[in-house]
Amino acid sequence: MTLVQSTQPKLQVNGATKVYNTNSGDLLAIDRCSIDIAPGEIVSVVGPSGSGKTTLLWAISGLHGLTSGEILLDGKPVTGPRREIGMVFQDANLLPWRTIDANINFPFEIKGEKPDRDWITTLMHRVGLEGFGARMPRELSGGMQQRVALVRALSFKPSVLLMDEPFGALDSFTREEMNHLVEEIYLDTRTTIVLITHSIEEAIFLSDRVVVMSARPGRIAHVHDVPFARPRSMEIMTTREVFDLTNTIKREIVGDQQSKAAVRRRQAVPVSAPL
Amino acid sequence: MSSADAIPQFNKPAGGNSEVGVTNMSALTAGPGIKSLFDFAIIALVAVVVIGGLELLLTVFAVPQYVLPKPHEIAVALVTDFPLIAPHLGHTLVELFSGFGIGALVGLVLAAVVTQFPFVEKIITPYILLLVTTPMLALVPLLILRFGFGYEPRIIAVALASGPMVMINATTGFRRVDSGKIALARSYGASTLQIFWKIRAPMALPMIFVGLMVGSIFGLLTAVGAEMVGGGFGLGNRLTSYSSMIQMPQFFAVVLILSILGILIYVLFFLLGKKFASWEA
Repeated sequence: MTLVQSTQPKLQVNGATKVYNTNSGDLLAIDRCSIDIAPGEIVSVVGPSGSGKTTLLWAISGLHGLTSGEILLDGKPVTGPRREIGMVFQDANLLPWRTIDANINFPFEIKGEKPDRDWITTLMHRVGLEGFGARMPRELSGGMQQRVALVRALSFKPSVLLMDEPFGALDSFTREEMNHLVEEIYLDTRTTIVLITHSIEEAIFLSDRVVVMSARPGRIAHVHDVPFARPRSMEIMTTREVFDLTNTIKREIVGDQQSKAAVRRRQAVPVSAPL
Repeated sequence: MSSADAIPQFNKPAGGNSEVGVTNMSALTAGPGIKSLFDFAIIALVAVVVIGGLELLLTVFAVPQYVLPKPHEIAVALVTDFPLIAPHLGHTLVELFSGFGIGALVGLVLAAVVTQFPFVEKIITPYILLLVTTPMLALVPLLILRFGFGYEPRIIAVALASGPMVMINATTGFRRVDSGKIALARSYGASTLQIFWKIRAPMALPMIFVGLMVGSIFGLLTAVGAEMVGGGFGLGNRLTSYSSMIQMPQFFAVVLILSILGILIYVLFFLLGKKFASWEA
Protein backbone atom coordinates (compact mmCIF):
# COMPACT_ATOMS: atom_id res chain seq x y z
CA MET A 1 0.00 0.00 0.00
CA THR A 2 1.31 3.41 -0.93
CA LEU A 3 -1.04 5.14 1.45
CA VAL A 4 0.78 7.82 3.41
CA GLN A 5 0.49 6.89 7.03
CA SER A 6 -0.50 9.90 9.06
CA THR A 7 1.19 10.05 12.42
CA GLN A 8 -2.11 10.41 14.22
CA PRO A 9 -5.59 9.09 13.56
CA LYS A 10 -8.32 11.73 13.19
CA LEU A 11 -10.62 9.85 15.53
CA GLN A 12 -9.78 7.21 18.09
CA VAL A 13 -12.46 5.17 19.78
CA ASN A 14 -10.84 3.34 22.69
CA GLY A 15 -12.88 0.70 24.49
CA ALA A 16 -16.09 2.69 24.22
CA THR A 17 -18.70 1.22 26.59
CA LYS A 18 -22.09 2.71 27.38
CA VAL A 19 -24.66 1.46 29.87
CA TYR A 20 -28.14 3.01 29.94
CA ASN A 21 -29.98 2.92 33.24
CA THR A 22 -33.54 2.10 32.24
CA ASN A 23 -36.60 1.31 34.33
CA SER A 24 -36.17 -2.37 33.52
CA GLY A 25 -32.55 -2.43 34.63
CA ASP A 26 -29.20 -1.61 33.10
CA LEU A 27 -28.83 -1.93 29.37
CA LEU A 28 -25.39 -2.46 27.90
CA ALA A 29 -25.71 -0.62 24.58
CA ILE A 30 -22.12 -0.77 23.32
CA ASP A 31 -19.36 -2.88 24.74
CA ARG A 32 -15.62 -2.15 24.40
CA CYS A 33 -15.74 -0.76 20.87
CA SER A 34 -12.36 0.33 19.54
CA ILE A 35 -11.46 1.72 16.14
CA ASP A 36 -9.02 4.28 14.75
CA ILE A 37 -10.20 6.43 11.87
CA ALA A 38 -7.60 8.13 9.68
CA PRO A 39 -7.93 11.73 8.47
CA GLY A 40 -9.99 11.85 5.27
CA GLU A 41 -11.33 8.35 5.72
CA ILE A 42 -14.96 7.39 5.21
CA VAL A 43 -16.12 4.69 7.63
CA SER A 44 -19.61 3.21 7.61
CA VAL A 45 -21.21 1.42 10.52
CA VAL A 46 -23.84 -1.21 9.75
CA GLY A 47 -25.55 -3.65 12.04
CA PRO A 48 -28.94 -4.90 13.20
CA SER A 49 -31.31 -2.53 15.01
CA GLY A 50 -30.32 -2.17 18.62
CA SER A 51 -26.64 -2.74 17.96
CA GLY A 52 -25.78 0.63 19.45
CA LYS A 53 -24.80 2.37 16.21
CA THR A 54 -26.45 5.64 17.17
CA THR A 55 -25.11 5.34 20.73
CA LEU A 56 -21.59 5.07 19.32
CA LEU A 57 -22.10 8.01 16.98
CA TRP A 58 -23.56 10.20 19.74
CA ALA A 59 -20.58 9.38 21.91
CA ILE A 60 -18.20 10.40 19.11
CA SER A 61 -20.15 13.66 18.65
CA GLY A 62 -19.93 14.42 22.35
CA LEU A 63 -23.72 14.52 22.71
CA HIS A 64 -23.47 11.98 25.49
CA GLY A 65 -20.66 10.52 27.53
CA LEU A 66 -19.40 6.98 27.88
CA THR A 67 -19.61 4.67 30.88
CA SER A 68 -16.03 3.71 30.21
CA GLY A 69 -13.52 4.16 27.43
CA GLU A 70 -12.74 7.36 25.57
CA ILE A 71 -13.07 9.15 22.26
CA LEU A 72 -10.10 11.15 20.99
CA LEU A 73 -10.35 13.76 18.26
CA ASP A 74 -6.90 14.74 16.99
CA GLY A 75 -5.54 13.11 20.11
CA LYS A 76 -7.66 15.17 22.50
CA PRO A 77 -10.55 13.65 24.47
CA VAL A 78 -14.09 14.58 23.33
CA THR A 79 -16.07 15.65 26.39
CA GLY A 80 -18.82 17.67 24.73
CA PRO A 81 -19.99 18.95 21.35
CA ARG A 82 -17.06 20.23 19.27
CA ARG A 83 -17.15 22.66 16.37
CA GLU A 84 -14.81 20.44 14.33
CA ILE A 85 -17.64 17.90 14.23
CA GLY A 86 -20.65 18.39 11.95
CA MET A 87 -23.69 16.19 12.35
CA VAL A 88 -26.43 15.09 9.97
CA PHE A 89 -29.41 13.52 11.70
CA GLN A 90 -32.13 11.13 10.64
CA ASP A 91 -35.00 12.77 8.70
CA ALA A 92 -33.13 16.02 7.94
CA ASN A 93 -34.21 17.42 11.34
CA LEU A 94 -34.91 20.94 10.04
CA LEU A 95 -36.76 23.40 12.24
CA PRO A 96 -40.15 23.68 10.53
CA TRP A 97 -40.83 27.25 11.72
CA ARG A 98 -37.69 28.62 10.09
CA THR A 99 -36.97 29.29 6.45
CA ILE A 100 -34.15 27.37 4.78
CA ASP A 101 -31.78 30.31 5.25
CA ALA A 102 -32.74 30.64 8.91
CA ASN A 103 -32.25 26.91 9.39
CA ILE A 104 -28.74 27.15 8.01
CA ASN A 105 -28.05 30.20 10.20
CA PHE A 106 -29.25 28.34 13.29
CA PRO A 107 -25.83 26.97 14.36
CA PHE A 108 -24.30 30.44 13.99
CA GLU A 109 -27.09 31.94 16.09
CA ILE A 110 -26.39 29.40 18.84
CA LYS A 111 -22.70 30.25 18.78
CA GLY A 112 -23.33 34.00 18.40
CA GLU A 113 -21.27 34.24 15.25
CA LYS A 114 -21.76 35.79 11.84
CA PRO A 115 -22.52 33.15 9.20
CA ASP A 116 -19.87 32.63 6.54
CA ARG A 117 -22.06 33.82 3.63
CA ASP A 118 -19.65 32.97 0.80
CA TRP A 119 -19.08 29.44 1.99
CA ILE A 120 -22.81 28.85 2.51
CA THR A 121 -23.59 30.20 -0.97
CA THR A 122 -20.95 27.85 -2.39
CA LEU A 123 -22.48 24.91 -0.52
CA MET A 124 -26.05 25.79 -1.55
CA HIS A 125 -24.87 25.93 -5.14
CA ARG A 126 -23.03 22.62 -4.73
CA VAL A 127 -26.15 20.80 -3.54
CA GLY A 128 -28.34 22.55 -6.15
CA LEU A 129 -30.43 24.58 -3.72
CA GLU A 130 -29.58 28.14 -4.77
CA GLY A 131 -32.70 30.29 -4.73
CA PHE A 132 -34.50 28.14 -2.12
CA GLY A 133 -33.32 30.16 0.88
CA ALA A 134 -36.64 31.87 1.53
CA ARG A 135 -38.71 28.67 1.35
CA MET A 136 -40.08 26.81 4.34
CA PRO A 137 -38.90 23.23 4.94
CA ARG A 138 -42.36 21.79 4.27
CA GLU A 139 -42.19 23.16 0.72
CA LEU A 140 -39.15 20.99 -0.03
CA SER A 141 -39.04 17.28 -0.86
CA GLY A 142 -37.32 14.82 1.48
CA GLY A 143 -34.15 14.76 -0.61
CA MET A 144 -33.97 18.55 -0.73
CA GLN A 145 -34.49 18.77 3.04
CA GLN A 146 -31.64 16.36 3.60
CA ARG A 147 -29.42 18.50 1.35
CA VAL A 148 -30.22 21.51 3.52
CA ALA A 149 -29.21 19.44 6.54
CA LEU A 150 -25.96 18.62 4.78
CA VAL A 151 -25.28 22.31 4.11
CA ARG A 152 -26.08 23.11 7.75
CA ALA A 153 -23.67 20.42 8.97
CA LEU A 154 -20.90 21.62 6.65
CA SER A 155 -21.44 25.34 7.32
CA PHE A 156 -18.71 25.38 9.99
CA LYS A 157 -16.22 23.59 7.72
CA PRO A 158 -15.99 20.68 10.16
CA SER A 159 -13.09 18.27 9.82
CA VAL A 160 -15.34 15.36 10.84
CA LEU A 161 -18.85 14.73 9.50
CA LEU A 162 -21.06 12.32 11.43
CA MET A 163 -24.14 11.01 9.63
CA ASP A 164 -26.83 9.07 11.47
CA GLU A 165 -28.89 7.11 8.93
CA PRO A 166 -29.22 10.29 6.90
CA PHE A 167 -30.94 8.89 3.83
CA GLY A 168 -33.04 6.14 5.40
CA ALA A 169 -36.32 7.88 4.65
CA LEU A 170 -35.52 8.58 1.00
CA ASP A 171 -36.49 6.52 -2.04
CA SER A 172 -33.69 4.50 -3.62
CA PHE A 173 -33.14 6.88 -6.58
CA THR A 174 -32.88 9.94 -4.36
CA ARG A 175 -30.66 7.94 -2.07
CA GLU A 176 -28.25 7.09 -4.90
CA GLU A 177 -28.21 10.75 -5.90
CA MET A 178 -27.40 11.76 -2.34
CA ASN A 179 -24.62 9.17 -2.17
CA HIS A 180 -23.01 10.70 -5.24
CA LEU A 181 -23.43 14.15 -3.73
CA VAL A 182 -21.73 13.07 -0.50
CA GLU A 183 -18.82 11.63 -2.46
CA GLU A 184 -18.50 14.82 -4.54
CA ILE A 185 -18.44 16.95 -1.42
CA TYR A 186 -15.99 14.54 0.16
CA LEU A 187 -13.64 14.82 -2.82
CA ASP A 188 -13.80 18.63 -2.48
CA THR A 189 -13.28 18.81 1.25
CA ARG A 190 -11.66 15.50 2.28
CA THR A 191 -13.71 15.61 5.45
CA THR A 192 -13.45 12.52 7.63
CA ILE A 193 -16.89 10.89 7.56
CA VAL A 194 -18.54 8.38 9.89
CA LEU A 195 -21.79 7.14 8.39
CA ILE A 196 -24.41 4.99 10.07
CA THR A 197 -26.69 3.25 7.64
CA HIS A 198 -29.08 0.35 7.18
CA SER A 199 -28.12 0.02 3.55
CA ILE A 200 -25.14 -2.26 2.93
CA GLU A 201 -24.98 -0.97 -0.66
CA GLU A 202 -24.72 2.62 0.55
CA ALA A 203 -22.05 1.63 3.07
CA ILE A 204 -19.96 -0.13 0.42
CA PHE A 205 -20.39 2.56 -2.21
CA LEU A 206 -19.31 5.39 0.06
CA SER A 207 -16.76 3.98 2.46
CA ASP A 208 -13.15 3.04 2.71
CA ARG A 209 -14.06 0.67 5.53
CA VAL A 210 -17.32 -0.91 6.64
CA VAL A 211 -17.73 -1.73 10.32
CA VAL A 212 -20.24 -4.46 11.17
CA MET A 213 -21.67 -4.33 14.68
CA SER A 214 -23.36 -7.16 16.54
CA ALA A 215 -26.66 -6.78 18.34
CA ARG A 216 -27.05 -6.09 22.07
CA PRO A 217 -24.51 -5.60 23.39
CA GLY A 218 -23.13 -3.66 20.45
CA ARG A 219 -19.64 -4.85 19.66
CA ILE A 220 -17.51 -4.29 16.61
CA ALA A 221 -17.79 -7.75 15.04
CA HIS A 222 -16.07 -7.27 11.67
CA VAL A 223 -14.28 -4.58 9.69
CA HIS A 224 -14.09 -4.78 5.90
CA ASP A 225 -11.90 -2.76 3.53
CA VAL A 226 -13.53 -1.44 0.37
CA PRO A 227 -10.60 -0.95 -2.01
CA PHE A 228 -12.08 1.03 -4.90
CA ALA A 229 -10.61 4.21 -6.33
CA ARG A 230 -12.58 7.45 -6.20
CA PRO A 231 -14.62 8.90 -7.73
CA ARG A 232 -16.63 5.73 -7.76
CA SER A 233 -19.41 5.04 -10.19
CA MET A 234 -22.46 2.90 -9.63
CA GLU A 235 -20.79 0.42 -11.99
CA ILE A 236 -18.69 -0.93 -9.13
CA MET A 237 -21.87 -2.07 -7.44
CA THR A 238 -22.32 -4.78 -10.08
CA THR A 239 -18.82 -6.26 -9.70
CA ARG A 240 -18.17 -9.70 -8.26
CA GLU A 241 -16.15 -8.22 -5.41
CA VAL A 242 -18.97 -5.98 -4.21
CA PHE A 243 -21.48 -8.78 -4.65
CA ASP A 244 -19.41 -11.09 -2.43
CA LEU A 245 -18.75 -8.39 0.14
CA THR A 246 -22.46 -7.50 0.30
CA ASN A 247 -23.35 -11.11 0.91
CA THR A 248 -20.65 -11.56 3.53
CA ILE A 249 -21.88 -8.53 5.47
CA LYS A 250 -25.51 -9.61 5.10
CA ARG A 251 -24.62 -13.05 6.48
CA GLU A 252 -22.75 -11.50 9.37
CA ILE A 253 -25.70 -9.32 10.32
CA VAL A 254 -28.43 -11.91 9.79
CA GLY A 255 -26.35 -14.70 11.32
CA ASP A 256 -25.80 -12.63 14.42
CA GLN A 257 -29.49 -11.88 14.76
CA GLN A 258 -30.47 -15.52 14.23
CA SER A 259 -27.99 -16.97 16.67
CA LYS A 260 -29.03 -14.48 19.34
CA ALA A 261 -32.71 -15.21 18.66
CA ALA A 262 -31.97 -18.93 18.99
CA VAL A 263 -30.32 -18.37 22.35
CA ARG A 264 -33.35 -16.41 23.49
CA ARG A 265 -35.67 -19.21 22.33
CA ARG A 266 -33.65 -21.85 24.14
CA GLN A 267 -33.69 -19.82 27.30
CA ALA A 268 -37.40 -19.10 26.99
CA VAL A 269 -38.59 -22.69 26.56
CA PRO A 270 -38.19 -24.08 30.09
CA VAL A 271 -39.91 -21.04 31.59
CA SER A 272 -42.94 -20.87 29.32
CA ALA A 273 -43.41 -24.56 28.45
CA PRO A 274 -46.66 -25.91 29.93
CA LEU A 275 -46.33 -29.06 32.05
CA MET B 1 -54.38 31.89 -8.58
CA SER B 2 -56.06 28.56 -8.36
CA SER B 3 -55.54 26.42 -5.30
CA ALA B 4 -54.82 23.45 -7.56
CA ASP B 5 -51.37 24.96 -8.10
CA ALA B 6 -50.47 24.99 -4.41
CA ILE B 7 -47.02 23.62 -3.60
CA PRO B 8 -47.31 20.01 -2.51
CA GLN B 9 -46.87 19.66 1.24
CA PHE B 10 -44.66 16.96 2.62
CA ASN B 11 -44.70 14.88 5.76
CA LYS B 12 -48.39 15.47 6.34
CA PRO B 13 -51.46 13.34 5.82
CA ALA B 14 -53.54 14.39 2.84
CA GLY B 15 -56.18 16.91 3.79
CA GLY B 16 -53.96 18.56 6.38
CA ASN B 17 -55.40 19.90 9.62
CA SER B 18 -54.44 16.89 11.66
CA GLU B 19 -52.18 18.33 14.36
CA VAL B 20 -53.38 20.15 17.41
CA GLY B 21 -53.14 23.87 16.95
CA VAL B 22 -55.17 27.00 17.04
CA THR B 23 -55.44 27.16 13.28
CA ASN B 24 -56.92 23.69 13.17
CA MET B 25 -59.66 24.14 15.72
CA SER B 26 -61.37 26.69 13.61
CA ALA B 27 -64.52 26.50 11.58
CA LEU B 28 -62.86 29.24 9.58
CA THR B 29 -60.51 26.72 8.00
CA ALA B 30 -62.84 23.74 7.90
CA GLY B 31 -64.04 24.45 4.39
CA PRO B 32 -62.34 25.71 1.29
CA GLY B 33 -63.32 29.27 2.20
CA ILE B 34 -65.27 31.92 0.35
CA LYS B 35 -64.08 31.74 -3.23
CA SER B 36 -66.47 33.85 -5.26
CA LEU B 37 -69.20 36.42 -5.11
CA PHE B 38 -71.62 33.56 -5.67
CA ASP B 39 -70.47 31.75 -2.50
CA PHE B 40 -70.77 35.00 -0.60
CA ALA B 41 -74.28 35.59 -1.98
CA ILE B 42 -75.43 32.16 -0.77
CA ILE B 43 -73.99 32.71 2.72
CA ALA B 44 -75.71 36.13 2.89
CA LEU B 45 -78.98 34.66 1.61
CA VAL B 46 -79.03 31.94 4.28
CA ALA B 47 -78.39 34.57 6.97
CA VAL B 48 -81.26 36.68 5.67
CA VAL B 49 -83.57 33.66 5.60
CA VAL B 50 -82.68 32.64 9.17
CA ILE B 51 -83.06 36.12 10.68
CA GLY B 52 -86.04 37.01 8.50
CA GLY B 53 -87.68 33.64 9.28
CA LEU B 54 -87.25 34.25 13.02
CA GLU B 55 -88.80 37.70 12.64
CA LEU B 56 -91.70 36.20 10.67
CA LEU B 57 -92.28 33.32 13.13
CA LEU B 58 -92.26 35.68 16.16
CA THR B 59 -94.77 37.96 14.36
CA VAL B 60 -97.06 35.15 13.15
CA PHE B 61 -97.25 33.45 16.54
CA ALA B 62 -97.46 36.84 18.29
CA VAL B 63 -94.70 35.91 20.77
CA PRO B 64 -94.63 38.59 23.45
CA GLN B 65 -91.53 40.77 23.59
CA TYR B 66 -90.73 39.74 27.18
CA VAL B 67 -90.39 36.12 26.01
CA LEU B 68 -88.30 36.75 22.91
CA PRO B 69 -87.93 40.11 21.17
CA LYS B 70 -87.94 40.29 17.37
CA PRO B 71 -84.54 40.64 15.67
CA HIS B 72 -85.30 44.18 14.47
CA GLU B 73 -86.19 45.29 18.00
CA ILE B 74 -82.85 43.96 19.23
CA ALA B 75 -81.07 45.82 16.42
CA VAL B 76 -82.89 49.05 17.26
CA ALA B 77 -82.07 48.64 20.97
CA LEU B 78 -78.45 47.97 20.13
CA VAL B 79 -78.17 51.20 18.17
CA THR B 80 -80.24 53.54 20.37
CA ASP B 81 -79.03 52.22 23.74
CA PHE B 82 -75.43 51.70 22.74
CA PRO B 83 -74.26 54.97 24.35
CA LEU B 84 -75.75 53.69 27.62
CA ILE B 85 -74.18 50.25 27.28
CA ALA B 86 -70.76 51.41 26.00
CA PRO B 87 -69.28 52.43 29.42
CA HIS B 88 -70.24 49.02 30.79
CA LEU B 89 -68.53 47.36 27.83
CA GLY B 90 -65.46 49.41 28.75
CA HIS B 91 -65.56 48.15 32.37
CA THR B 92 -65.86 44.53 31.23
CA LEU B 93 -62.93 45.00 28.86
CA VAL B 94 -60.78 46.48 31.64
CA GLU B 95 -61.52 43.48 33.87
CA LEU B 96 -60.95 41.02 31.03
CA PHE B 97 -57.69 42.54 29.81
CA SER B 98 -56.10 43.06 33.21
CA GLY B 99 -57.29 39.73 34.62
CA PHE B 100 -56.38 37.76 31.53
CA GLY B 101 -53.08 39.61 31.17
CA ILE B 102 -52.03 38.76 34.73
CA GLY B 103 -53.34 35.19 34.48
CA ALA B 104 -51.71 34.48 31.13
CA LEU B 105 -48.38 35.94 32.21
CA VAL B 106 -48.26 33.95 35.44
CA GLY B 107 -49.50 30.86 33.57
CA LEU B 108 -46.76 31.12 30.94
CA VAL B 109 -44.02 31.68 33.50
CA LEU B 110 -45.23 28.74 35.59
CA ALA B 111 -45.40 26.55 32.50
CA ALA B 112 -41.80 27.43 31.64
CA VAL B 113 -40.62 26.80 35.21
CA VAL B 114 -42.46 23.49 35.40
CA THR B 115 -40.89 22.37 32.12
CA GLN B 116 -37.37 23.14 33.35
CA PHE B 117 -37.82 21.75 36.85
CA PRO B 118 -40.06 18.67 36.77
CA PHE B 119 -40.00 18.48 40.58
CA VAL B 120 -41.81 21.82 40.84
CA GLU B 121 -44.58 20.32 38.74
CA LYS B 122 -45.15 17.51 41.25
CA ILE B 123 -45.61 20.14 43.95
CA ILE B 124 -47.98 22.50 42.18
CA THR B 125 -50.00 20.16 39.95
CA PRO B 126 -52.71 19.41 42.56
CA TYR B 127 -53.33 23.13 43.04
CA ILE B 128 -53.44 23.83 39.34
CA LEU B 129 -55.92 20.97 38.87
CA LEU B 130 -58.00 22.43 41.67
CA LEU B 131 -57.97 25.83 39.96
CA VAL B 132 -58.93 24.32 36.61
CA THR B 133 -61.79 22.20 37.90
CA THR B 134 -63.30 24.65 40.40
CA PRO B 135 -65.46 27.34 38.81
CA MET B 136 -63.77 30.55 39.91
CA LEU B 137 -67.17 32.22 40.09
CA ALA B 138 -67.64 30.33 43.35
CA LEU B 139 -64.96 32.53 44.91
CA VAL B 140 -66.49 35.83 43.80
CA PRO B 141 -68.84 36.33 46.82
CA LEU B 142 -65.86 35.77 49.11
CA LEU B 143 -63.67 38.13 47.09
CA ILE B 144 -66.38 40.78 47.21
CA LEU B 145 -66.45 40.51 51.03
CA ARG B 146 -62.75 41.16 51.11
CA PHE B 147 -62.29 43.65 48.25
CA GLY B 148 -65.69 45.31 47.87
CA PHE B 149 -67.67 45.98 44.71
CA GLY B 150 -64.87 47.40 42.56
CA TYR B 151 -62.69 45.93 39.87
CA GLU B 152 -60.50 43.86 42.21
CA PRO B 153 -62.64 40.77 42.86
CA ARG B 154 -63.49 40.52 39.18
CA ILE B 155 -59.91 40.87 37.96
CA ILE B 156 -58.75 38.26 40.50
CA ALA B 157 -61.48 35.86 39.40
CA VAL B 158 -60.66 36.36 35.72
CA ALA B 159 -56.94 35.79 36.37
CA LEU B 160 -57.66 32.64 38.39
CA ALA B 161 -59.94 31.31 35.66
CA SER B 162 -57.74 32.05 32.65
CA GLY B 163 -54.23 31.51 34.09
CA PRO B 164 -54.44 27.74 34.68
CA MET B 165 -55.90 27.24 31.19
CA VAL B 166 -52.95 29.05 29.66
CA MET B 167 -50.58 27.15 31.91
CA ILE B 168 -51.72 23.59 31.18
CA ASN B 169 -51.82 24.18 27.43
CA ALA B 170 -48.43 25.91 27.40
CA THR B 171 -46.94 23.09 29.50
CA THR B 172 -48.26 20.55 27.01
CA GLY B 173 -46.66 22.64 24.29
CA PHE B 174 -43.27 22.89 26.02
CA ARG B 175 -43.41 19.15 26.62
CA ARG B 176 -43.75 18.31 22.95
CA VAL B 177 -40.06 17.63 22.92
CA ASP B 178 -38.57 16.53 19.71
CA SER B 179 -35.40 14.96 21.04
CA GLY B 180 -33.81 15.17 17.59
CA LYS B 181 -34.21 18.95 17.50
CA ILE B 182 -32.85 19.32 21.00
CA ALA B 183 -29.89 17.10 20.06
CA LEU B 184 -29.35 19.32 17.03
CA ALA B 185 -29.16 22.41 19.21
CA ARG B 186 -26.93 20.65 21.73
CA SER B 187 -24.57 19.48 19.00
CA TYR B 188 -23.79 23.16 18.44
CA GLY B 189 -23.26 23.65 22.15
CA ALA B 190 -26.60 25.34 22.91
CA SER B 191 -27.28 26.22 26.56
CA THR B 192 -30.46 25.20 28.35
CA LEU B 193 -31.75 28.73 27.93
CA GLN B 194 -30.99 28.73 24.20
CA ILE B 195 -32.74 25.38 23.81
CA PHE B 196 -35.75 26.85 25.59
CA TRP B 197 -35.99 30.00 23.45
CA LYS B 198 -34.95 28.58 20.11
CA ILE B 199 -36.47 25.08 20.22
CA ARG B 200 -39.03 24.60 22.99
CA ALA B 201 -40.77 27.98 22.75
CA PRO B 202 -41.30 27.96 18.97
CA MET B 203 -42.45 24.34 19.12
CA ALA B 204 -44.88 25.21 21.91
CA LEU B 205 -46.29 28.28 20.18
CA PRO B 206 -49.29 26.56 18.55
CA MET B 207 -50.34 25.08 21.91
CA ILE B 208 -49.71 28.41 23.65
CA PHE B 209 -52.15 30.08 21.28
CA VAL B 210 -54.73 27.38 22.02
CA GLY B 211 -54.21 28.10 25.73
CA LEU B 212 -54.54 31.86 25.26
CA MET B 213 -57.73 31.39 23.26
CA VAL B 214 -59.38 29.01 25.74
CA GLY B 215 -58.12 31.09 28.66
CA SER B 216 -59.47 34.36 27.29
CA ILE B 217 -62.92 32.84 26.64
CA PHE B 218 -62.91 31.44 30.21
CA GLY B 219 -61.90 34.90 31.36
CA LEU B 220 -64.81 36.55 29.54
CA LEU B 221 -67.18 34.00 31.04
CA THR B 222 -65.89 34.65 34.54
CA ALA B 223 -65.87 38.44 34.13
CA VAL B 224 -69.53 38.51 33.10
CA GLY B 225 -70.47 36.03 35.81
CA ALA B 226 -68.66 38.05 38.48
CA GLU B 227 -70.45 41.20 37.32
CA MET B 228 -73.78 39.44 37.78
CA VAL B 229 -72.93 38.54 41.38
CA GLY B 230 -72.41 42.09 42.56
CA GLY B 231 -71.34 45.62 41.78
CA GLY B 232 -73.11 48.29 39.77
CA PHE B 233 -71.27 48.16 36.47
CA GLY B 234 -70.18 45.87 33.65
CA LEU B 235 -72.06 43.98 30.95
CA GLY B 236 -73.02 41.19 33.37
CA ASN B 237 -74.58 43.79 35.63
CA ARG B 238 -76.53 45.14 32.63
CA LEU B 239 -77.87 41.66 31.94
CA THR B 240 -79.32 41.27 35.44
CA SER B 241 -80.57 44.82 35.46
CA TYR B 242 -82.28 44.69 32.02
CA SER B 243 -83.88 41.32 32.75
CA SER B 244 -85.20 42.52 36.10
CA MET B 245 -86.79 45.46 34.28
CA ILE B 246 -87.99 43.16 31.52
CA GLN B 247 -86.22 45.28 28.89
CA MET B 248 -85.70 42.29 26.64
CA PRO B 249 -84.47 44.05 23.46
CA GLN B 250 -81.74 45.74 25.52
CA PHE B 251 -81.00 42.45 27.26
CA PHE B 252 -80.44 40.71 23.94
CA ALA B 253 -78.45 43.65 22.63
CA VAL B 254 -75.99 43.04 25.50
CA VAL B 255 -75.96 39.30 24.74
CA LEU B 256 -75.18 40.19 21.13
CA ILE B 257 -72.30 42.43 22.22
CA LEU B 258 -70.91 39.57 24.33
CA SER B 259 -71.15 37.20 21.38
CA ILE B 260 -69.31 39.65 19.15
CA LEU B 261 -66.67 40.16 21.85
CA GLY B 262 -66.16 36.41 22.10
CA ILE B 263 -65.88 36.04 18.34
CA LEU B 264 -63.40 38.92 18.14
CA ILE B 265 -61.19 37.30 20.78
CA TYR B 266 -61.38 34.02 18.92
CA VAL B 267 -60.52 35.64 15.57
CA LEU B 268 -57.68 37.62 17.17
CA PHE B 269 -55.96 34.48 18.44
CA PHE B 270 -56.79 32.65 15.25
CA LEU B 271 -54.99 35.31 13.22
CA LEU B 272 -52.08 35.48 15.67
CA GLY B 273 -51.78 31.70 15.50
CA LYS B 274 -51.87 31.82 11.74
CA LYS B 275 -49.15 34.43 11.65
CA PHE B 276 -46.78 32.86 14.17
CA ALA B 277 -47.58 29.15 14.06
CA SER B 278 -48.65 28.53 10.49
CA TRP B 279 -45.65 26.26 9.89
CA GLU B 280 -47.57 23.49 11.55
CA ALA B 281 -50.99 23.81 9.97
